[in-house]
Amino acid sequence: MSDRLAVEIAGLKLPNPTMLAAGILGLSPESLLQAAENGAGAVVTKSVGLKSRVGYGNPAVVQVDRGLLNAIGLANPGANYFAEEIRGLEKRGLRVPLVASVFGFSSEEFAEAAKILTKAGADAVELNVSCPHVEKTGSEIGQDPDLVREVVEAVKTKIGKPVVVKLTPNVADIVEIAEAAVKAGADAMAAINTVRAMAIDLETTQPILANKIGGLSGSVVKPVAVRCVYEIYDAVKVPIIGCGGVSDWRDAVEFMLAGASAVQIGTAIASRGLGVFKSVTKGIDSYIKKKGFRSMTDIVGLSHKR
Amino acid sequence: MRTTRIANVQDECVNVKSLTFKDKLCANADPGQFVMVWIPRVDEVPMSLSRLDRVERSVAVTVKRVGEATTALHAMKIGDAIGVRGPFGRGYETSHGRKVMIVGGGTGSASLAPLVEELTKKKTDIALMLGAKTRGELLFLDRLTSILAGKGRIMATTEDGSYGLKGLVTAQAENVLASGERFDTIYACGPERMMHKMFALSRKFDVRLQASLERFMKCAIGLCGTCVIGKYRVCRDGPVFSSEQLLEVEEEFGQFRRGFDGRRIAV
Repeated sequence: MSDRLAVEIAGLKLPNPTMLAAGILGLSPESLLQAAENGAGAVVTKSVGLKSRVGYGNPAVVQVDRGLLNAIGLANPGANYFAEEIRGLEKRGLRVPLVASVFGFSSEEFAEAAKILTKAGADAVELNVSCPHVEKTGSEIGQDPDLVREVVEAVKTKIGKPVVVKLTPNVADIVEIAEAAVKAGADAMAAINTVRAMAIDLETTQPILANKIGGLSGSVVKPVAVRCVYEIYDAVKVPIIGCGGVSDWRDAVEFMLAGASAVQIGTAIASRGLGVFKSVTKGIDSYIKKKGFRSMTDIVGLSHKR
Repeated sequence: MRTTRIANVQDECVNVKSLTFKDKLCANADPGQFVMVWIPRVDEVPMSLSRLDRVERSVAVTVKRVGEATTALHAMKIGDAIGVRGPFGRGYETSHGRKVMIVGGGTGSASLAPLVEELTKKKTDIALMLGAKTRGELLFLDRLTSILAGKGRIMATTEDGSYGLKGLVTAQAENVLASGERFDTIYACGPERMMHKMFALSRKFDVRLQASLERFMKCAIGLCGTCVIGKYRVCRDGPVFSSEQLLEVEEEFGQFRRGFDGRRIAV
């Protein structure tokens, strides 16, 4: 693919602007390699905390119209265990940036997990202050600008690598949270994590998810995500990674016009397979060429100019 | 997810029951595909389809009672509601070969029964081998015997010798292969160690293999990564894999699976 699509985000060099989203497949080194081999310009691991978690019971997902509801519950093997899984991934052929998604139940836990995983070879960390269905972490932190500031500062003090903050849409004002994160030293924003949601079965009259409440992703959330990126772009200077309902190149371009420098893809892998990375990349390239732009960066935030 | 009601409950063998329900999509599944069965308020579990009736638009799952979810399924009565997602994954490849060996261990016969039915329709020459610890655990012995009557061979082995030949089903399979009899394909479903042995035999005797793997699952649509084996996702790329694919994941096949926390658990 041409250099038109190469993009640098907080020092990370991506050959193309598509990334494997956190929480999708990134539990094993082979899955991460597989996403990269299929064309992802960067890969984000599943969110990892200090201690292992089995997550919630099944049903952990519900397939809904144009979307997916999930409450996996931050299932992960623990940072030290996972560090051994990802160590040496570049020697096994990983040629794109590896971003470790981390979570914690305190700023110290975030910082410790970030340190363990960057030491093991992660090129950057993405702070999950936005998971909408686990108490005392995720969006419970990400809804409070003071807590976000505290977590970002703690991580920045502990590691020397880029810090991405993944934001929750489940707030009245996402800009306030983004500004707090950037003020605390965040190098990039990722928006958005899933939208807090649920589904109830008519036959049994019961919530379907074992955890009752989960997070909504997929095409159905895209307009919310685009709006969030658009608002954040006006307020902060750091790069933004768009996430939420990208399943084809049109979605990706829309995010870029709103202000995203790259996009993360997750739910669409269910319907489109891992080939989605290449097809989105190819589509963006054709769009840029057809519209006469020199590079992808020319269209980032273009919808803000009149 | 679709909700449906249990239409029939049948005892199969020790600790094993089949639950029948109507579902058009499932009835059109390929042998070897699986479904996610929601037991309201309890769990959602992956299950092989053990009976496919396209005319009646009904299917069955066959359940061995081992834990909370399967105990809840065993307690189900006619008329009780369950949820169903699927069918998912890739089933058995049935276009190869006129003469096949089919090896089932324990409840592995569940996914093999619809395969046997389909292959008999294609007039494939079948040598079926069923193995279990003891006579009472030989799943579908009567059903498969009647399907194959006049159409193929059926050989049973039990580890305690209470029925058929004494020993492991894989030893029986090895004897047949070593006798020089040639097969176009071996199909296998059962405990992973059994399938791993069949994988080794398929390599040794240079026969194509189709084996159905089992892993912990959450999403069943290729996203959560719980069921990965090497580069493959069992829910999407499997559950049935060829010997060529299994060779690519040799470091994991027969070695470990991942738990719900992503840690490795020895097979």
